[in-house]
Amino acid sequence: MDLRYTEEEEAFRAELRSWLADVIPSVPPEPPVEHWDARRVWDTAWQRMLFDAGYAGINWPAEYGGRGATPTEHLIFLEETEHARAPYVGMNFVGLLHAGPTLIVEATPEQKTAHLPGILRGDDVWCQGFSEPSAGSDLAALQCRAIRDGDDYVIDGQKIWTSFAHVADYCEMLVRTDPDVPKHRGITWLILPMGLPGMDVRPLRTMDGGIEFSEVFFDEVRVPVSNRVGDENDGWRVAMTTLSFERGTAFVSEMLQTMELVHDLSELAKHVTRRSRLAWDDDGLRRDLGKLSAELDALWALTRRNISEASRTGLVGAGGNVFKLAYTDLRHRLGELSMHLLERASLSLDDIDELTSGRHVQGRIHGLKMTIAAGTSQVQRNIIAERLLGLPKG
Amino acid sequence: MDFWLSDDEADLQAGMRSFLRGRFPIDVVRSGEEQPGVIDRSRWVELAETGVFTVAADMGMRAGVLVFEELGRALVPGPLAVSALAGAWVPGAATGTSIVGVLEVDDDPIVVDHPAQIDTLLVVTDAGLGTLDPAELDMRTVTRPLDTLTPVAVVERPLPEPVVVGGAEDAERFVRDAVVLTAALQLGVALGATDLANAYAKQREQFGRPIGSFQAVKHMLADMLVKAEVARSAVYAAACAVDAASADDPQRAASIAKIMAGEAALFCGRTGIQVHGGMGFTWEVDAQRYWKRAVALDNAFGIIDHHASLVAASL
Repeated sequence: MDLRYTEEEEAFRAELRSWLADVIPSVPPEPPVEHWDARRVWDTAWQRMLFDAGYAGINWPAEYGGRGATPTEHLIFLEETEHARAPYVGMNFVGLLHAGPTLIVEATPEQKTAHLPGILRGDDVWCQGFSEPSAGSDLAALQCRAIRDGDDYVIDGQKIWTSFAHVADYCEMLVRTDPDVPKHRGITWLILPMGLPGMDVRPLRTMDGGIEFSEVFFDEVRVPVSNRVGDENDGWRVAMTTLSFERGTAFVSEMLQTMELVHDLSELAKHVTRRSRLAWDDDGLRRDLGKLSAELDALWALTRRNISEASRTGLVGAGGNVFKLAYTDLRHRLGELSMHLLERASLSLDDIDELTSGRHVQGRIHGLKMTIAAGTSQVQRNIIAERLLGLPKG
Repeated sequence: MDFWLSDDEADLQAGMRSFLRGRFPIDVVRSGEEQPGVIDRSRWVELAETGVFTVAADMGMRAGVLVFEELGRALVPGPLAVSALAGAWVPGAATGTSIVGVLEVDDDPIVVDHPAQIDTLLVVTDAGLGTLDPAELDMRTVTRPLDTLTPVAVVERPLPEPVVVGGAEDAERFVRDAVVLTAALQLGVALGATDLANAYAKQREQFGRPIGSFQAVKHMLADMLVKAEVARSAVYAAACAVDAASADDPQRAASIAKIMAGEAALFCGRTGIQVHGGMGFTWEVDAQRYWKRAVALDNAFGIIDHHASLVAASL
């Protein structure tokens, strides 16, 4: 074990840091959350800048236009971009981290040529059509039907929790092509161009008032059979390839932001007075902040272990599940601490006066989502119990 | 000793629940989110006619908490506890014609709730209890409150001098009683969140069976019930202490109720969201409303940490 970076890794970091220092000042300010068209322009413009500088698809193989970076370099990339306050991957997420990597492994040469460059350049935004109202934790129970009709599939049904559906160009989609076999065996993976006749995208309002997610309805939507990735009824396996990409590094940027949140919260505590007393003068509160800070450092260490495992084996194992469970639990506790520290200032989603309180209240709400999204904590515990501890399936 | 509801007490609570089902069903409460003022003044007067703003003074705190538990469960918005205790000092509070809020002067920033609809603000000062006319305050309403049904405003200093209406003992009693009634609202929120999640866990199916049949979900719901029932015991015990129907110190009992009911409401609120999965995170499903109200109520008359300090000081 050696936590020091190699010379090559340090050189990569130095080059990246210098590039970021040059370009970040030219990045325009982030548009407001709900300005979706402006957000799309902003997110994809950043992707184009990465592309032009050779940083797009940092972990994609070089033969498909990526940088072919090692997992450690990928980690350094995420660390440096976060420290430089570079734009987050944003709505390029599905294309870069889900759909693209799946296409690289599973698609035909024609499909790769048609789609991979658009993702890397930031020309195309992808969304994900996996979950359905009756298929959440039980994803394989999905029912959205695709019936073969000549050279087309005809799709009827509904998807839900589709992020950025109203601004996306393509959707990586799972459909039911055979309802008469065990549920995992009748699923097919399709490339769906958005905006086809018969599609209806309806934004879904979430508890913070935002509309990041949509429901998507399909009424006899025709998609060419040539848009199928992998074999018919082999979509579950294709999709699992996709999901495994999410575990290693998906939360790295966010966790670095969380570390920053703890620092900001400590500063805030020096400016909030409750019952004529500074919040920071509360020993218990300072101890709680100290514990959270310690836990975050430990989770950062876990991240580096997971990355090292991936470097050696090519896979992120159940360590990704351990991270997700521990990190999202921490977000709940950090959120509760923020709210207690802010007291009545926590009753507003916006900043109050000069206090940076709004981000902490929104962070609390984000924490409520994190133990549900991308596999609930209950599902994570089952996976850990079954895969790491070898306990029988319930 | 008989720490169980008498027939009269059970009837009182059942009557309140039935009134709220009829006049404050959740869709009516929710509709306040689309209006500039979340409090419907004619329904506020109906609450007064039902005795909500007089029950604690006339019948005692035990009756008070039973009624307020139901108000919390129904997510009825507004400064209910303050209005119910202000009758002695603010004309119109008992009849519902005047809505009374509270302002905590030792805070910075000062954040008041329901700024647009409050007629009088009660202030606890060194001298005792005072009143302020909200119109005299420099208030800036927050655009996006956490709980849409608890709008808030930031109050700029300096504050005008309050009109003194009561002495130090009045102030102490007022705060203590407000703490107990708020704890009763929190208890109701915890129970309401638990009922909603329980119903969902029985109806929602994944992997071919109701999600409530999975131990992971079952255990969440069992924990919610345990938190709520422990809180109920603490809230009812505090009410007995305030009514001198117990040997406990009422101040300490009030703080304990606020801690336990506050924890229960926050826990059941967030766990209720978790039980609902993705739907729990939507605006449409009420799970989030219980959690948001739990936060708002934790911040009324001292959060859990504050009351924990008071209890520690009594050791």
